[in-house]
Amino acid sequence: MSTSWPLWEVFVRGKRGLNHVHVGSLHAPDAEMALRNARDVYTRRNEGVSIWVVPATEITASSPDEKDPFFAPSGDKVYRHPTFYAIPEDVPHL
Amino acid sequence: MADDLELRFERTVQAESRIEPRDWMPDGYRKTLIRQIAQHAHSEIIGMQPEGNWISRAPSLRRKAILLAKVQDEAGHGLYLYSATETLGADREDLTTKLIEGRQKYSSIFNYPTLTFADVGVIGWLVDGAAICNQVPLCRTSYGPYARAMIRICKEESFHQRQGYELLMTMMRGTQQQKDMVQDSVNRWWWPALMMFGPPDAESTNTEQSMAWRIKRDTNDELRQKFVNMSVPQAEALGVTFPDPELKWNEERGQYDFGSPDWDEFWQVVKGGGVCNEQRIAHRRKAHEDGAWVREAAAAHAAKHDARKEGAA
Repeated sequence: MSTSWPLWEVFVRGKRGLNHVHVGSLHAPDAEMALRNARDVYTRRNEGVSIWVVPATEITASSPDEKDPFFAPSGDKVYRHPTFYAIPEDVPHL
Repeated sequence: MADDLELRFERTVQAESRIEPRDWMPDGYRKTLIRQIAQHAHSEIIGMQPEGNWISRAPSLRRKAILLAKVQDEAGHGLYLYSATETLGADREDLTTKLIEGRQKYSSIFNYPTLTFADVGVIGWLVDGAAICNQVPLCRTSYGPYARAMIRICKEESFHQRQGYELLMTMMRGTQQQKDMVQDSVNRWWWPALMMFGPPDAESTNTEQSMAWRIKRDTNDELRQKFVNMSVPQAEALGVTFPDPELKWNEERGQYDFGSPDWDEFWQVVKGGGVCNEQRIAHRRKAHEDGAWVREAAAAHAAKHDARKEGAA
């Protein structure tokens, strides 16, 4: 019987007000053990206030080979950035 | 198309940007990285043993708590690194098997015995100090997951080195016997610590390609020199000497001159002839085999739980 435990990806919220950030992975038999192990491996020095664990097989990622077309829609929309708009210098708070 | 991918890879590396897990990379890059990171992970895991040897005999509760935390950190470092190898397609179980069958190596330093409690201090100061010299440049290595693991590790190593130096300062304020114990320990660990940087540049086979790939940032001799320059004033402040008659300041070079480690001894230990090689691997193998029932039981419990949930749905 194969006893190798599944792989979990670990995300940690560093402190209140921040997003969870991917920190690495670990093996565990189930979600509860994955959380406990994540606490011991990735937050030994108060690095987090909240942890997510996600089975690695459940993550869908964009592939770098698709990178250009996949991210292209944002590439030609410079008007999404504030610097696109010229505002006279003497107008305050803008 | 393949040329395109290779060109993109090379440009990314040259621009000091990072290669990430799903990027195309040359086979050699992947293989070299897996070998290098696995060897580093194995070193962290085997490295728990020499100091673990002293946990139950630490002279105070304070020292015991510190040593426990440090050894736990080493386990954590091993896990960060194994996790990085898995992003390259390596299999954890396979790496453990290769370690206990002697098909992958770990740092030779851990094949030396820890004879006295002063060794705990000297390992923190010199062995972890040398490891820091090796590891700080790797925080800028070209492979993203490896670089990120190294950043976490370097932050924690600083505690390791300082607790070792503080331990030695405490012993150096003690009895003559304690001072002698520190000097004896420094005498035994100095040369093996210098060997941690690997063979001289002229004999180092992997350096050139690894430097081009930015998975090695400085040569072995450069790092060794840096370590010697950093360590001498620390030894003076502590009141100990290094067992090297050739060690002296070279005004012209602005660096310390120092003798050459015994490279025959180095190769002998690498090839398995060190004092503790067999013991370290036997211990790792036993821990792995003794833990088999826990891994099986936990997997069975999880499977039973999943089956019940599905039945209820």
